[in-house]
Amino acid sequence: MDTTRRGFLASTVAATGAAVTQDLAHAADDGHDHQALPSDPALRVKSLESLLVEKGLVDSAALDALVDLYEHKIGPRNGARVVAKAWIDSAYRQRLLADPDRAIAELGYTGLQGEHMMVVENTPRVHNLVVCTLCSCYPIPTLGLPPVWYKSPAYRSRAVIDPRGVLREFGVEIPDDVEVRVWDSTADVRYLVLPERPVGTEGLSEDALAALVTRDSMIGVAKAVPPQKGAQEGGRG
Amino acid sequence: MNGIHDMGGMQDMGAIRYEKSEPVFHSPWEGRVMAMMRALQATGRFRLGLRPPIESLPHAQYLSMTYYELWLTSLIERLVASSLVTRDEIETGKPAQGSPTSTLALIAADVPGWIAKGAPTRRDASTSPLFNVGEHVRARNINPVTHTRLPRYVRGRSGTIDRGHGVFVFQDTAAYSEGEKPQHLYSVRFAARDLWGEQAAPHDAVYLDLCEDYLEPI
Repeated sequence: MDTTRRGFLASTVAATGAAVTQDLAHAADDGHDHQALPSDPALRVKSLESLLVEKGLVDSAALDALVDLYEHKIGPRNGARVVAKAWIDSAYRQRLLADPDRAIAELGYTGLQGEHMMVVENTPRVHNLVVCTLCSCYPIPTLGLPPVWYKSPAYRSRAVIDPRGVLREFGVEIPDDVEVRVWDSTADVRYLVLPERPVGTEGLSEDALAALVTRDSMIGVAKAVPPQKGAQEGGRG
Repeated sequence: MNGIHDMGGMQDMGAIRYEKSEPVFHSPWEGRVMAMMRALQATGRFRLGLRPPIESLPHAQYLSMTYYELWLTSLIERLVASSLVTRDEIETGKPAQGSPTSTLALIAADVPGWIAKGAPTRRDASTSPLFNVGEHVRARNINPVTHTRLPRYVRGRSGTIDRGHGVFVFQDTAAYSEGEKPQHLYSVRFAARDLWGEQAAPHDAVYLDLCEDYLEPI
């Protein structure tokens, strides 16, 4: 395995299509004619898929099923159901915090990139924020695929050194006497924030509560929105 | 590897650009890249992890590429490193003459089951944990030139074991098919001021999941 930067420079440039890449490809001098590569990723991906199908390595119908799953079935509404249940059922909330894998499995939201879960609870004294500084780790079965901002250098770099500044950018001001805990998902554990239940939601059903739980509140960059506010603004995300 | 991907604590990366009502994929090809990666992962034939090829990119290139462009780069490198395709095949888009045809592709009917099962990396504990909850530890000052899950911003810093997660696969070796080397993983709490000095709020903290090989007793 060639794990040096030079080794990968020679090998990875063949895979990329940016203009800068062409120069790097020639600098790397690996003897391939990179000009022959179409630069449009859509064309390159189409060509790659047809190659892999022809070699029997992937099945296009399976790819369709995967895309459909992530576009339509696996998303933050799953996590919202978990949170709403925890809000109305204190025994479930206890199970969720003590054994999140099993408690989330009760609702069926287990699987790839959510095999090992931690649920961190916001309280009047503690606010939790989730990040992956190294890449893009995210609890996919409960929240779906991560948004672009979560994977961006701006968020990943700053969330650990200036979480209060980041939260302010999202419109959330954390009082000085509240502890901010940042969870950097560096290994194979994935984090879900259990937001505080908004005041004035005492009589709401589990479904109505789930509608108040935004994706962002489960990452920790927002609070769950009170009903009237939610109706006006729709929340962010 | 001390690459640009290890960006925790860097400054001046710009404002966070938030997209309202963001689609899951911004173009159909992004979904195909994600799906090809997952479908191939399901067959268990990758010999190289997702991240090493991305982390080895020149920094300027890393920063100029979108997330799924990085994934496309990684997908191709993993296919080649795993001897599933050749670079010539990628350039021509056609299988080389006489190359074998696999019969092991993930099929549509198996997709929901595979996604729901996932790929757990927790292993049965055969050793006792080296560290106990509440114990003070230091993140080692090591600088591997290969994939690691120990970010630079905690190396040499002291923290407290907040909880044990159990035994997990060691990604530093597993990413290169060099063995799972299972070991205890801990959630380690670092006081924000121990990482960033007086400018950090006095009671804030950063928690990282760090395995035993990254930690030393104080």
